[in-house]
Amino acid sequence: MSVKYYLTCLFLCFINVTISQNCNLKFQGIVKDFHDGTPIEGAYIKMEGSNLYAISDERGNFVFNNICTVNFKVSVSHVSCDSKTVTINLNKKSFIEIRLEHHIEELIEVNVTSKVNKKSKTAQETVIKSDVLERYSSLSLGDAIKEIPGISSINTGNSIVKPVINGLHSSRILIMTNNVRLQDQEWGIEHAPNIDINSAESISLIKGANALEFGGDALGGVIIVNPSRTFNKDSIFGKTMLNGHSNGKGYGFNTTLTKTFSKGFYINGQVSHKQTGDYKTPDYLLTNTGSKKTGFSAFTGLKKLEYGFEVYYSYLKNKIAILRSSHIGNVEDLVNAINSDEPTIINDFSYDINAPKQEVIHQIFKANYYLRFKNFGKLDVQYDYQNNHRFEFDIRRGDDRDNAAIDLELQSHTFKSTLKLDSNSDNIYKIGLLAGYQDNYANPGTGVRRLIPDYQKFDFGIFSIGNFKPSEKLAIDIGVRYDFNRINAKKFYQTSRWIERGYNDDFSDIIIEDFGTQLLVKPSFDFHSVSVSTGLSYDLGKNRSVLFNYGLSNRAPNASELFSDGLHHSAARIELGDLRILKETSNRISGTYNYDSEKATITVEGFFNHIHNFIYLEPTGVETTIRGSFPVWEYKQVNAILFGADLNMRYEINRKFMVQNKSSFMKGEDVSSNRDLIDIPSLKTTNLVRFTNKKWSNFSAEIQSELVFRQRNFPNNNFEAYIPRTDSFILVDISSPPPAYHLLNVRSDFDLKISKKENVRVAFSINNLLNTSYRENLNRLRYFADEIGRNFSIQLIYNY
Amino acid sequence: MKTIKLLSILFISSLVFISCSDENPLPVNEEEVITTMTATLTPTGGGTAIVLKTQDLDGDGPNAPVITVSNSLAINTVYTGVMEVLNETESPAEDITEEVLEEALEHQFFFTPTNGIATVAYTDTDSEGNPLGIQFTLTTTDAGSGTITISLVHEPEKTEPGVSSGDITNAEGETDIDATFSIVVQ
Repeated sequence: MSVKYYLTCLFLCFINVTISQNCNLKFQGIVKDFHDGTPIEGAYIKMEGSNLYAISDERGNFVFNNICTVNFKVSVSHVSCDSKTVTINLNKKSFIEIRLEHHIEELIEVNVTSKVNKKSKTAQETVIKSDVLERYSSLSLGDAIKEIPGISSINTGNSIVKPVINGLHSSRILIMTNNVRLQDQEWGIEHAPNIDINSAESISLIKGANALEFGGDALGGVIIVNPSRTFNKDSIFGKTMLNGHSNGKGYGFNTTLTKTFSKGFYINGQVSHKQTGDYKTPDYLLTNTGSKKTGFSAFTGLKKLEYGFEVYYSYLKNKIAILRSSHIGNVEDLVNAINSDEPTIINDFSYDINAPKQEVIHQIFKANYYLRFKNFGKLDVQYDYQNNHRFEFDIRRGDDRDNAAIDLELQSHTFKSTLKLDSNSDNIYKIGLLAGYQDNYANPGTGVRRLIPDYQKFDFGIFSIGNFKPSEKLAIDIGVRYDFNRINAKKFYQTSRWIERGYNDDFSDIIIEDFGTQLLVKPSFDFHSVSVSTGLSYDLGKNRSVLFNYGLSNRAPNASELFSDGLHHSAARIELGDLRILKETSNRISGTYNYDSEKATITVEGFFNHIHNFIYLEPTGVETTIRGSFPVWEYKQVNAILFGADLNMRYEINRKFMVQNKSSFMKGEDVSSNRDLIDIPSLKTTNLVRFTNKKWSNFSAEIQSELVFRQRNFPNNNFEAYIPRTDSFILVDISSPPPAYHLLNVRSDFDLKISKKENVRVAFSINNLLNTSYRENLNRLRYFADEIGRNFSIQLIYNY
Repeated sequence: MKTIKLLSILFISSLVFISCSDENPLPVNEEEVITTMTATLTPTGGGTAIVLKTQDLDGDGPNAPVITVSNSLAINTVYTGVMEVLNETESPAEDITEEVLEEALEHQFFFTPTNGIATVAYTDTDSEGNPLGIQFTLTTTDAGSGTITISLVHEPEKTEPGVSSGDITNAEGETDIDATFSIVVQ
């Protein structure tokens, strides 16, 4: 039990007591749990302004004899409850029932040494806490969650990092930030989640679709980003971080400040800024790979036992340069890039962010309100609005030079409400509903045909979840959810494309205007989905436990899968969506064995995921345009299976030395045509040795080895391209994965005393210590350049 | 309860806002698209010009470009060549050649004949004295047949070896146009 724990619990106020001469009054009462009314034993009841106190017995009863006064106050406190002060008038009442909040959830958040802080008892969930997140302050969400075995990322260069959970990414992953589902055009591989990692206090990651409360379509999993927590006491606290790193000459800072009041009010503000110039591989500079990210967020609210509210706003602006050499004209340029050891364009170092580049502004506004009812539960209502404005700039000619090639504004409104019935802590029920509206606007001023059309989307969801505890050792979660999605789009098709797709036969009734070479059509689709989630956890005793999960989830196709229609310059390919695409359905089973003691941790997680109508992009042919020829990639549906295992082992040799291994292995197969799935992470194992000595100013030093094997199971999408100049065909090898690689990283940190009570945490690290040249299979720019080389970083963290 | 009211007002007002926006989107005016490239070859000694043309009216669409050669070339003849690049999705067609000329430093045409049917020499330069290729001469030799590939490259490395004499191998940059014409010299 930490000191903070007690501070929160035993917060007492002092008031005046009027003195009376009559000292034979009696006062008694009972202390009960707020939610389920069970008696609370061992509560400390103190009469304020005197030294009289009582402690409740096993039935929750307490009694005061020989009281002199009629009007007085008592404060009631208990180790695992919020304390409470009650005003008493004995002329009116000599017996009182006092309800205390069993504040377990909140308390654990406060207690930083605690191990558990989970959203679910039965899911494959891992929590990353602030001390680990701080290490990734200058990087991104996608980098931080790779701490968890089974999590990888699909990258476009070094700054665009998309999380991959057990082989699934993009629309198959749901990201919640401060209880708001992030709506940020997550469909594209080159669209990284718009989350400022510095605004997060902790991150929970749930593998598989076992968090139905948030959505039924998260086939891969759910990432929950939690902002800093507040508790009811008069306090002001904050944190400032400064970062610098050598590779890219990057720097960044982040400041968070929170003011809390004992009455339950709180207010928080956070600002962060980071900038990086061109990164460097061991052998050359990566021209145009800098980035600039600015974010701020603020929230304020009231947190009381019976009711509370919060208003939250966040703003994030990311400007990311994309490797200049990755912007290419046609297949021949791609062949040249693949065959060239170095990028074709290498200039001097610069912080400039030139085309090709992305500029994304994401804003979130949220307001929520809750009410708690005695012996019943808690009602929560929430509205959120999000605005995601994305610009992509290409290399262009003439007047359009500085004009964005993509200008999409996605606005989302969501209203949701949940009712949690927790009067019986062994049987907790949650029901909820959600209504959402989304509007996507593609600005025609770009002068480039819209890659994603204008559309409106309506969502409606309803769910019910039950958490049961039939015995001390067993916990069972069951959830059901129904979702309805409607998408109404207005899209221009080239008449030639419309005919080539065969839409003339199936969709001739949706044409609303004929412009000759172009058709304006109005596709509208409805999707109904039912999702089910079940989980079971069983405590085997002696620190061992097992979990089993089954999840059925459905995902409606996204705008990209339905409507994509255009040329992707960085991939030199034409990507085509399909109006005929249906929703995909996943059946996932998983099991976990967990051993967790002071000295050692072993977690083994296994999963098997069968996805019916799995939507994915596959090359289907070559089209010739005036620019030359391009492979065509079409969205298709197949039946797929994904399975694998993730391992996490930690062992404390003694108080000073700790060793850890994290490994993950998985396979993905297209069972419809017996092929391997593309973009499946390869076998990875990381080993870590850490030395810690608390006496030396909390010193720690660690060395980490990261070994990533070559992906041997990949689909062969190589194709032959005709090169007119030489009148010959050449093989374009876009499939062969790069070789295995091994990286060493070192890190050390310690506390620097700046005054009696205050410390600055200083961390120093070197990533890619040996300056190894390597390429990663899941980086879309691997055809063009190596990954970054050695990087020295320094970080200062000041908590106050 | 005030908060609930406020929330519902926000939500309802957003729905009202939604129902107002039902206008049809406007077609995009694709100013940059190149649909057509013509090389007009005029015999220096006089005679009918020969036109090599590639036209792809649906841009990145599925239809392949239509490539035409108006006639065969004569043996041992010098032709004066002029390139023209158009965007015919607009009406009247936009002459992209002007943009290429304005941004001469960032553009270069490349002419690659096969089977030794002809040689090509640049007759224009950009402001730094490197070739551009809107104007050129083409000289045929003996009778034969082969192809001529004409490419327009954006941001080529004009100073790399061979590039200024018309060899595309080291030019890098991005290909804006790439068309191959079947040529008979007789």
